[in-house]
Amino acid sequence: MMEKMILGRYLPADSVVHRMDPRAKLLFIFGFVLIVFLANNFFTYALLGVFTLIVILLARVKIQFLIAGLKPVIIIILFTFFLHVFFTKEGDILAQIGFLSIYKGGVIKGIFIALRFFLLILVTSLLTLTTPPISVTDGIESLFGPLKKVKVPVHELALMMSISLRFIPTLLDETDKIMKAQMARGADFTSGSLSNRVKAVIPLLVPLFVSAFKRAEELAVAMEARGYKGGEGRTKYRLLAWHMRDTLALLFLIGLAAALFALRS
Amino acid sequence: METVIAIEKVSFQYPNQTSFALQNISLHVEKGEWLAIVGHNGSGKSTLAKMLNGLHYPQTGNVTIGGLILSEENVWLIREKLGMVFQNPDNQFVGTTVQDDVAFGLENAGVEQAEMKERVLSALEKVGMAAFLNQEPHHLSGGQKQRVAIASVIALRPDIILLDEATSMLDPSGREEVMETIRELKEKEGLTVISITHDLEEAAKADRVIVLNEGNLYTEGTPREIFQMDKDLLKLGLGVPFSVQLSQLLADEGLLLTQRHFNEEELVREIWTLNFAK
Repeated sequence: MMEKMILGRYLPADSVVHRMDPRAKLLFIFGFVLIVFLANNFFTYALLGVFTLIVILLARVKIQFLIAGLKPVIIIILFTFFLHVFFTKEGDILAQIGFLSIYKGGVIKGIFIALRFFLLILVTSLLTLTTPPISVTDGIESLFGPLKKVKVPVHELALMMSISLRFIPTLLDETDKIMKAQMARGADFTSGSLSNRVKAVIPLLVPLFVSAFKRAEELAVAMEARGYKGGEGRTKYRLLAWHMRDTLALLFLIGLAAALFALRS
Repeated sequence: METVIAIEKVSFQYPNQTSFALQNISLHVEKGEWLAIVGHNGSGKSTLAKMLNGLHYPQTGNVTIGGLILSEENVWLIREKLGMVFQNPDNQFVGTTVQDDVAFGLENAGVEQAEMKERVLSALEKVGMAAFLNQEPHHLSGGQKQRVAIASVIALRPDIILLDEATSMLDPSGREEVMETIRELKEKEGLTVISITHDLEEAAKADRVIVLNEGNLYTEGTPREIFQMDKDLLKLGLGVPFSVQLSQLLADEGLLLTQRHFNEEELVREIWTLNFAK
């Protein structure tokens, strides 16, 4: 069951991108998501494409993992592409099928939008492929730290995130076990009408929820026994260290933004 | 001998229940001893465990741990002195990796990062899990997870370690692994060990055994003394270890065994050397 979850899976390796501070990576991605929308012609997209390729090469992530990460969203990309192809009416008519006419501008726009999606997903999945989930959590906790002043429970939210991450495999295993146990008792999850299949999930969900609540209770007791009493006075085991390369990466991104501004039409 | 835990005339009743979970219990634990508390389900042993860690407070009587009387004010101080390992290996694993889990308690205690690194490593070395620093819990066996749980406890340097049915969800080899770790730690670190269990084989490793029944202290003694009364134990719903049963049956058959063995190895040794004297 675990093997199917490519989206959001971390691949340990030793590269510049792996060693970057998670805060830098988060800021980088946030910035990248914004500047992708600056691109609007061939040159700007080409520049973005080259830039993304360099980042991928620096991260030393195998291409097949990136492609596997793209699979779940390929339908959305294709959908937006065809939406533009069929409904944007700009430029010369390329083809006419019945009442549908395809314009040159539509095809170009479709390609650009699909490319934009494609680049966004590539770069964001690079984050999860090169950063352990726990570091992402640490990065978020640190970046949102100032919000503690306005009473946002940043530490608690980060702890909740890291505990959920830790229990995902445990609960998946449990789901698998319950599913097998129910199948042994004659439950059928794979055939029948849609409403029957939805109903079949109930005997799976009820025990899963009951056990998740029981786990939560035991975990709370265990945490208390180990002296957990909230974020106050707590030290951190994982320290984040900001290096030169993190500053450089962000400067690099600003440079890219400037170039996009200059080249866009 | 120094007394580290003193329980004086403690009674406890759960809300909306007529019978007492613990009735007028008094017992002492000496520094550096291994005490096993046994009893079947509902004997009150889990309630007692929860009381030692301040998850319940006695309704009458006093619990004194390391010189502190248990109360809501000093419960956190007491939790520093007494570490607890629970039954379910998964539900006490807080961190995403082995080292994060051991560090969790240290983070709570506000230990400096540099010292934390050292203590995490040395605690994991002591339980033989230092090679698994970055391993995630779902890649570990039950026994390994329990050893990490023990490491998390000893990283906090408590005086007492309380095992609340800590081996009951493990397979025999995992059980052996965990008990061996505890035995080593007790010898090297001078820890006081309290193990709460319904497994008499685990209790056999203790210095002293206390049997609880329906909230009362039924009897106490060395494992040897306790196993002598096997019929009574069965009545209390406790299974006598196989080696004890076997030596009893052999003795009934007229085999001249020197004693009832509660350790398989000892029994085997006596059986194969039995005819040497002749």
